[in-house]
Amino acid sequence: MSLLDAEAPERPLNHIASLDPARVKLAVDSLDFYYGKTHALKGVSMGFEARAVTALIGPSGCGKSTLLRTLNRMYSLYPGQRATGRIMLGDENLLAPGLDLSKLRARIGMVFQKPTPFPMSIFDNVAFGVRLYESLNRADLDARVEESLRRAAIWDEVKDKLKTSALSLSGGQQQRLCVARCIAVRPEILLLDEPTSALDPISSAKLEETIAQLKADYTIIIVTHNMGQAARVSKHTAFMYLGELVEFGETESLFTRPVTRRASDYITGRFG
Amino acid sequence: MTDSLPSSEAKQARASEAADRAFRWLTAAMALAVLVILGATGFSMFWGGRLAFQTFGLHFIVSTDWDAVSHQFGALIPIYGTLVTAAISLIIGVPASFGIAFTLTETAPRWLRQPLSVAVELLASIPSIIYGMWGLFVFAPFMAADIEPWLNDHLANAPVLSTLFTGPPIGIGMLTAGIILGIMIIPFISSVMWTVFNAVPPQLKESAIALGATRSEVMMKVTLPYTRNAVVGAIFLGLGRALGETMAVTFVLGNAHEFAKSLLMPGNSIAAVIANEFTEADSPIYTSSLIALGFLLFVVTFIVLAIARLFLYRLGRIEGARP
Repeated sequence: MSLLDAEAPERPLNHIASLDPARVKLAVDSLDFYYGKTHALKGVSMGFEARAVTALIGPSGCGKSTLLRTLNRMYSLYPGQRATGRIMLGDENLLAPGLDLSKLRARIGMVFQKPTPFPMSIFDNVAFGVRLYESLNRADLDARVEESLRRAAIWDEVKDKLKTSALSLSGGQQQRLCVARCIAVRPEILLLDEPTSALDPISSAKLEETIAQLKADYTIIIVTHNMGQAARVSKHTAFMYLGELVEFGETESLFTRPVTRRASDYITGRFG
Repeated sequence: MTDSLPSSEAKQARASEAADRAFRWLTAAMALAVLVILGATGFSMFWGGRLAFQTFGLHFIVSTDWDAVSHQFGALIPIYGTLVTAAISLIIGVPASFGIAFTLTETAPRWLRQPLSVAVELLASIPSIIYGMWGLFVFAPFMAADIEPWLNDHLANAPVLSTLFTGPPIGIGMLTAGIILGIMIIPFISSVMWTVFNAVPPQLKESAIALGATRSEVMMKVTLPYTRNAVVGAIFLGLGRALGETMAVTFVLGNAHEFAKSLLMPGNSIAAVIANEFTEADSPIYTSSLIALGFLLFVVTFIVLAIARLFLYRLGRIEGARP
């Protein structure tokens, strides 16, 4: 696979070889990213395992959120932001010009730092993305909404008030609603950008449970500042610093026996 | 030393409390002054128009007479003209403003945004007398020579439209006035729309984009519902201006006191009647009728705003969009 060709010998710590190529869902190959003249990602190459959680950690400004935003081409909204390299989903390069971005985003869902419920009912929030792609009849749509809310572990809390405004929910509920809205489209990959940073500890714990349930079916990539969270939810962890991927590996080994000094310092709280 | 410290602190606290109270009273007085001024304005106009209301009663509102010689005055023609020109202005101004605001917030390249927004703001700073003059000397002849003959040729057989859009191509009239009003209210509506569209949290828009929505879907399904109150407010701000606009309309409306179904015919509006005829009002009943017209404009504007509020309230209840 191209992924393996790109595995440069001078960057042995990327540990891509430690992933079984057959299990790689998404492969990033020599990715560079620019905000105007700012070089925000430098030659990042890594793989994301299917049906598992990969955590991206590192100090603020290290490029982990930028990496996430390249994976669903969110940056394309903004002139002056550009990416070079390849991001392979199956045999499709997500950075290829002319790619249908709407279709891409149906395959790769995203949940943001702050809950972003739309100003409409709970039901309509979950149905929002579904209605963009599919014209389901009422019963099928109802079923899809219920299934999504159940999978996001929020059904019991909202089943009696689906018609009320999503803005009336608590922050933690809103965030799980956003997860439900995201999986209602039936994506293959979920991008979670610090999904618990605006939540209280109990809501965070609930969201982590939700993530734990979802990883059986989705390839999940989570950006987090919370070391404990990365350790709890992820199978692999990537440590980034100043736009480079410094260390990548199984979460357990990266947290207990980090190879690089930087990762070791960050994990033990010496900087960050 | 230790004794004096708490007391000086307490003194300071009392002083700032008094300042806070004074500030609250001062601001409350300003807020109340608005109500007082509004009430006093309405009442004084009603009082000035009482002679007309006493003389004609309800007939004043439903009568189309306006005869200075025989002292017969009715407000229906100006009220009708006011509402019709304002409606035309909204039909033109709202979509145009929305287009401008959408382009400015979503699609325009960065280098174009600044000049475009400045140009729109400059539209607002043109005095209405200039719009009126431009309307009379440039736009009305253009309407008479090009647009109105075209309307007459193409809509002669269309049901409803033929009644509204055919007639003598004289340039001045309700359609011309409505179009100019539409241009005049664009900056007001579009600048508010543009501001509130920009105030939508980027993450909210990105969430919709991340679900695969296009920019126009984001606008229609997320941005507009999110900013709905402000957008409706902007439209009614424009409507309020269109209802009360005087100079621009006076020039091109034609000052005719006959009822006409055709929008190409000259008409009148409340503000235009007052501007045209105040200097000629040679009898108490004439003056009083003009002031009574002013009172009616007050009432019309009030009713329109009330309808807007009710509309928003209903919408809010149906969609449950705001807690």
